Amino acid sequence: MSESQHLKITIVGHVDHGKSTLVGRLIYETGSLPDGKFEAIRAMSERRGMPFEWAFLMDALQAERDQGITIDTTQIRFRTALRPYVIIDAPGHKEFLKNMVTGAAASDAALLLIDAREGVQEQSRRHGYILHLLGIRQVAVVVNKMDLVDYGEARFAEVASNVTAYLACIGVTPAEIVPVSAQAGDMIATRSARMGWYRGPTVIEALDRFTLPADASDQPLRFPVQDVYKFDERRIVAGRIESGQLRVGDRLLFSPVNKTARIASIEAWSVPNQPTEATAGQSVGITLDEHIFVERGQIASHADHPPIETNVFRAHLFWLGRKPLVAGSRYKLKIATAEHQVEVQSIDRSIDVTDLSTKPADRVERNGVAEITLRARGTVALDEFRRNQRTGRFVLVEDFDIVGGGIVGMEGYPDQRHGLTVKSTNIKSVESLVTTEARWQANGHRSAILWLTGLSGAGKTTLAQELERQLFRKGMHVYVLDGDNIRHGLSADLGFAPEDRAENIRRVGEVAALFARAGVIVITAFISPYRADRDRVRAIAPDLFHEIHVKADLAECERRDPKGLYKKARAGQIADFTGISAPYEAPEKPELVVNTGTQSIEASLAALLDYVGRKLALESGGR
Amino acid sequence: MDHLDALESQSIYVLREAFNKFDKIMMLWSLGKDSNVMVWLARKAFLGHVPFPVVHVDTEKKFPEMYAFRERYAKEWGLNLITGLCPPVEEMDPTLPPAARSAARKTYGLKKLVAAHGFTAVIAGIRRDEEGTRAKERVFSPRGENAEWDVRDQPPEFWDQYKTDFAPGTHVRIHPLLHWSEIDIWHYVRRERIPLVDLYFARQGKRYRSLGDRDITNPVASNAATIDEIIVELETTKVPERAGRAMDHEVEDSFERLRAAGYM
Repeated sequence: MSESQHLKITIVGHVDHGKSTLVGRLIYETGSLPDGKFEAIRAMSERRGMPFEWAFLMDALQAERDQGITIDTTQIRFRTALRPYVIIDAPGHKEFLKNMVTGAAASDAALLLIDAREGVQEQSRRHGYILHLLGIRQVAVVVNKMDLVDYGEARFAEVASNVTAYLACIGVTPAEIVPVSAQAGDMIATRSARMGWYRGPTVIEALDRFTLPADASDQPLRFPVQDVYKFDERRIVAGRIESGQLRVGDRLLFSPVNKTARIASIEAWSVPNQPTEATAGQSVGITLDEHIFVERGQIASHADHPPIETNVFRAHLFWLGRKPLVAGSRYKLKIATAEHQVEVQSIDRSIDVTDLSTKPADRVERNGVAEITLRARGTVALDEFRRNQRTGRFVLVEDFDIVGGGIVGMEGYPDQRHGLTVKSTNIKSVESLVTTEARWQANGHRSAILWLTGLSGAGKTTLAQELERQLFRKGMHVYVLDGDNIRHGLSADLGFAPEDRAENIRRVGEVAALFARAGVIVITAFISPYRADRDRVRAIAPDLFHEIHVKADLAECERRDPKGLYKKARAGQIADFTGISAPYEAPEKPELVVNTGTQSIEASLAALLDYVGRKLALESGGR
Repeated sequence: MDHLDALESQSIYVLREAFNKFDKIMMLWSLGKDSNVMVWLARKAFLGHVPFPVVHVDTEKKFPEMYAFRERYAKEWGLNLITGLCPPVEEMDPTLPPAARSAARKTYGLKKLVAAHGFTAVIAGIRRDEEGTRAKERVFSPRGENAEWDVRDQPPEFWDQYKTDFAPGTHVRIHPLLHWSEIDIWHYVRRERIPLVDLYFARQGKRYRSLGDRDITNPVASNAATIDEIIVELETTKVPERAGRAMDHEVEDSFERLRAAGYM
């Protein structure tokens, strides 16, 4: 029979709240202490003229004993009647957050240790917050040093109520709150007569109530490619199945390249039978029935539940770097087995974990926590952390070091996948016999897509309509594609969720390109808040696309509020409203900026007419 | 997946990361039980192949059974075996206690070999439960230019994202067995039928629990002559695994000093 599975636990808390003592006690009380160790610790304590010091058990290093603090994560095993455990002891010192993260991230459950005299302290809060960020949902609170508050029920109740209140704010419900004295051994493995008022479990019982990590095999398949091997005639795609299952014959979709192939075989060495299926947690090698381009970093899934594809996403991040994280700076992102160059597009809010207040910031200091937006140079395949932890978390690397970790959210950003794939396969582009240039000659002017983008209330629709009228008077072929009109027909099936907005813009872009190829100057008036969407329209007709930023700041637009929409959005009546609850990504290099915030509509219109005159005259060079 | 499957899968993941990230990579093969499990796991990871050199740093003081084992399985497993000799004990730090001073030869033998071949990554089969300082190790553990280990300033390591970027001149130790325990190793040896040097099995009431140099390794009292008996013994013993390794016990910090200087 094989060993049963260990539950991995971490013990965190403020410095000096007694972690190492608790660990020593747990080892001793469960009979897991090697022979001679108890005597050795006693000798060690006496040599230093101290009372018996449980913490020495953990602090195997000379340097630590002299400092009297735990400086790194260590792992120690013990066993209860129910099952074996591995304790990952994480240090309490503030500057050692990286070690705490290293220990805690590998855990299935956590004990948050609090000194009964001091109550919830800064690091109690910080560690509680980080546990939550790391995705650890099983947490029990241990209120230690009850011997120093005379085993008083009232003090325990006070501490318990404070910690419960804090944890509730970050979405953590403690499984148990146990009063103990680690030094004296109360409520660790055995009940204590000195706390007859307490009816809950001991620490050991609380641990045994935790559950082993849930099997991820019933989630959608995520198989990040770790490597491709060609040691012999086989071409083997190697990796670990992070979630879901795969079987021989399954068609796999590789993101973000969006190529598919079927699994021809699952390869394994020194096994009784060649496997035909594999499940979450297994490191496997597969061969494919077609020779498609596969490389490290791609994620294989089934076609019906693919990961998100995007070049921009939000992250909830903790920062470990010596240098602060700064908006606009670039890092290497490592997510599953992929690596991407990313830029910090914005630091959306910095979070003070001690009181959960937030504030705007342009940097995140070491040990800080923040919500940020990251933009990648290419397309990243990922999941939201709440949907799939393993493909929804990442680290950032600066120079040679891991400097931060974060979890992915997509609030306000669309999945860019559907814009990237052509579903029908038997279609070919047909070249018209009448060229666009010939149409220009006939019309007497060039055609174009004049793509107006800007916040709601910036004046896009007004400008578009005025411009159309003026150009039409000059005898030009011109047409406005307006947001509301499109949504009544072509996009009647779409709402305002990020994916729907992206699809709406894609449709408008395709229609605009057709108009422009037909020789028409087409003017569009859409907020079109996402850079990726506008870039995609530009890619449809790069020679015809003119990005025009109709620019007015949010305060000014909100003051105008011509349709009363900002008011509703502020009142929470409109979800995903650009500028309020969804992002607006200003153009980086627009062909033209029309500043409606600082100049009159007339002046703005004049600027547009001047631009059209210069760029769309037949004799001009165009863009 | 059972417990052993989970351990195996994690080790394979680590080995594949290491092989992907480093060109000048090798695996240390001490001929002990952990090392044999590690070579076995490499063959699992790379589907029957071991795609990097396997290095035996030879103190020339191993048991004859170990040398015989090396010759036989290097051939049978198709290993690209490199052996390197260690400098004499007289060249070692004289302030170290005698056994640690003898063990330090291996560190210098390794450094010499690493320099000669230009290796930037060394895969070593240490485990956290063996000994206190090893408990603090990282899976990907950077070493300075003189192979020293800075336990106070180790890189963060979480979510299976390892430190794989290094400044020129530094190298990395990779520990794919860090999360295994001694008893896990024996369960796996039994399941996979991995061959071992027979010094591990009791003869005349003694067996070796851990194998090192002849002169600084002592057998423990035991009647466990089969894997099954060894597993039963380990389930009840409270004697630490490395009790028979003299260099660990001379003074409180001797093994820590060996490791800080680059010992495995």
